[in-house]
Amino acid sequence: MTTTADAAPTPLAATRTPSAWQKALKQKRFVAGSVITLLVALFAVFGPFLAPHGENEVVGTPFSSAGPLGTDYLGQDVLSRLMYGGLEILVIALLATVFSTVLGTLIGVVAAYGGGWWDEVIMRLNDVMLAFPQILLSLVVLTAVNQPKAWMLVVLVGLSNAPRTARIARGVALGLVSRDFVHAAEALGERRSRIILAEVLPNMNAPLLAEAGLRLTFSITLVAAIGFLGFTTDPGAANWGQMISENRLAMSTQAWGVLAPVLIIAVFTIGTNLMADGIAQVNQRGGD
Amino acid sequence: MSATTSDASGSRRSTTAGGIAVQDLRVSLTGRDVDVVDDIDLVLSPGEVVGLVGESGSGKTTVGTSLLGYARPGALIERGKVLYGDRDVLGLPWQQVRQLRGEEIAYVPQDPASALNPSIRIGKQIVELMALRGIGTAESRLEGARAGLAEVGLPNDDDFLRRYAHQLSGGQVQRVALAMAFLPRPKVLVLDEPTTGLDVTTQGMVLDTMGALCRSHGVAALYVTHDLAVVATIADRVAVMYAGQVVELGDRDQIFRRPSHPYTRALLDSIPHLRQARALAGIPGRTPAPGARPEGCRFHDRCPYAVEACATTLPQLVPVDPGHDARCIRVGEIGTWDISLGTVPDADPGRQRDVILRIEDLDVYYGRKKVVHDVSFDLANAEVVALVGESGSGKTTISRCVGGLHREWQGTIDFEGSPLGKGSRRRSVSDRKRIQYIFQNPYLSLNPRLTIEQIVKRPMELFGIASGRQATDKVVELLEQVALGPAVLRLQASRLSGGERQRVAIARALAAEPDVLVCDEVTSALDVSVQGSIVALLEELRKSRGISMLFVTHNLALVRSIAARVQILNGGRVVESGSVVEVMDSPKEEYTRRLLANSPRID
Repeated sequence: MTTTADAAPTPLAATRTPSAWQKALKQKRFVAGSVITLLVALFAVFGPFLAPHGENEVVGTPFSSAGPLGTDYLGQDVLSRLMYGGLEILVIALLATVFSTVLGTLIGVVAAYGGGWWDEVIMRLNDVMLAFPQILLSLVVLTAVNQPKAWMLVVLVGLSNAPRTARIARGVALGLVSRDFVHAAEALGERRSRIILAEVLPNMNAPLLAEAGLRLTFSITLVAAIGFLGFTTDPGAANWGQMISENRLAMSTQAWGVLAPVLIIAVFTIGTNLMADGIAQVNQRGGD
Repeated sequence: MSATTSDASGSRRSTTAGGIAVQDLRVSLTGRDVDVVDDIDLVLSPGEVVGLVGESGSGKTTVGTSLLGYARPGALIERGKVLYGDRDVLGLPWQQVRQLRGEEIAYVPQDPASALNPSIRIGKQIVELMALRGIGTAESRLEGARAGLAEVGLPNDDDFLRRYAHQLSGGQVQRVALAMAFLPRPKVLVLDEPTTGLDVTTQGMVLDTMGALCRSHGVAALYVTHDLAVVATIADRVAVMYAGQVVELGDRDQIFRRPSHPYTRALLDSIPHLRQARALAGIPGRTPAPGARPEGCRFHDRCPYAVEACATTLPQLVPVDPGHDARCIRVGEIGTWDISLGTVPDADPGRQRDVILRIEDLDVYYGRKKVVHDVSFDLANAEVVALVGESGSGKTTISRCVGGLHREWQGTIDFEGSPLGKGSRRRSVSDRKRIQYIFQNPYLSLNPRLTIEQIVKRPMELFGIASGRQATDKVVELLEQVALGPAVLRLQASRLSGGERQRVAIARALAAEPDVLVCDEVTSALDVSVQGSIVALLEELRKSRGISMLFVTHNLALVRSIAARVQILNGGRVVESGSVVEVMDSPKEEYTRRLLANSPRID
């Protein structure tokens, strides 16, 4: 999981052109963002093995200052909970991002390539999806089930992100489908699916990568927010979002219980955001 | 004309009063010891138009803007003087340079539409310019604007003054830009390809206006262009640039009658004439970019006359005739050049025709708008038929219908007796294979993410001609036919020059082993020397493979050299058609005559 979690953009960028990858490495914000993302991801992945205490181990009285970050509402060690509670969020957010990027890209490219009525119908349906606030859509479904499963979160977060990616993908693809090399493929009589997959999609890598980075940021906050609202796969397990909610009553006496998960989510979103920004910049300057 | 020009310019050159002189100019890339242009000496006398000709990357625009003391970002004027009167433009403080620009030395850009503010009305824009330059009084400025527009032959009523830039045609916008450049009565005018992208008739009008204004106001003009025919029409003197240096400089007639530098000769060999068909020759290799220019003579690696000394000795401009210099150490040894070299007989109008493609009563629509009316013509085996017209004439639209790229048409397109479907998806595999389309712009027609091998191989796989190793071998073979080495196989299109890309596009079309090639302005995005070699390549393919071609172009001279038959189009209708010799030597229609008269010519 480590390699996918923190190096997701790497193999994609590398297969584009080596020069784009090198250009990205010269970007300070890209490098800084990658390092931050990598560090937080490593923390979340290896945290459970290095944590000083167990996930549900009671080490003191509730909201005491035992341990580096004190204890939480049940007297569990905040630092250990922090180290346990990231992996699930990150994995769900990452899978949701992959899901939304694939789905959204397909929607956008098909709309752009189909044109005319196809474009209108697909994009208006897309607008209907967009009209739902992201969190509301998830809550409607989550309240209906007894105990949410991880895959449900992935699908829900992915679904609510997909229309946003679709808009971007359509915009990028619109500029490509009117290019002569697409016409050339059509004149040869290539299948439509092949034109989309082999001619159009490879030219969208860079902007989509930047968009995926941004969606990852939103997915993490969304997954954490859902956790904060109490919808988790396992109520006893540590979860950054849920931790904020659990410990918020003692904000004034044991602030770390809330601040630690808030800070780590903030740092991680800054990291992914910087990374996405860096890719977008390389993409802009890359020009040709 | 010729005698007076050379005499007059001989005496003019001694004085720079009112004119401008460039001395020993060198512009280099910032931070690197790489020159963009080097060793430029040029004198512009009042009332004289100097044509600065060169292919892309020759540094001609850099020289043009340095007259205004400007170098584009990333470049730096390193050395030299631009003497205007007794002042050196390059040495002046910026406030004075700023005042000089526009008032004394004006610039007309290639794309005037981007120089006009789209949200300010034309009249107001001109008045604002005059206010900025302190011309006239608040009351007199509007009248001044009217006079300025009248000067360039534009209407100057209130209705016209109230228009926005987007409500004018391309030629009108260019003339507004010209009027604005002339209003402050500059003494020097730099024109950077001002007619590129305009139709020949419009171009003719703009060039006439410009020439008349320069001569009547005694303006020294530098006309920067890649088009030798335009220079032959408008310039008094010509400077030919190659790889950042002026390689030949002389009066127009000296340059076009007795070109002395091998590069000038090669350029002239690569352009078609209106009067007679020619076997066009390109220049092998590509124009070196700054930093990759060879030692010694910068042209020696592409020069047919090169000897060993050319690679080591840096040639200086040496006089050939009075007022005619060339930068070549062998200038006295390489003999004379004759414009009729390369002339070939026109295509025989009486040739037996074996019709393969027949178009009858073609009407084409864009939505509800009918853009092509009732067009009929045919194409025979191993024959080139040219579709000629100005923008909006429907020539490309017709070719797109034939190529299966446009579906909204009525009428018949018969290919070997059976009707072709509307759009490529309604055509049989064999029809799709046998008719191939080559696009105008090779920068857009090749997928930037695929390698050349993938691009050229694809039609073979699709049509089951070859696959795997065998296909790769055929790709290499095809690339060789279009004069590209196997080294490009693994490259992406972005690594190739425009001419090389168009060759790849031709190779892709050939990979399907077609019988008909539809060529849509295939040379218009390319430099003239590259155009020459592409045309030569197409002619070779026609002869060796018996391929028929539908050749869409706006360039009548090119038609003479490549086509056997021609359809002159205007407003979506065929105005005149027939064999090239008949139509061009004895045009029957007024429109054809006007096109021919407005086409800039060298012969």
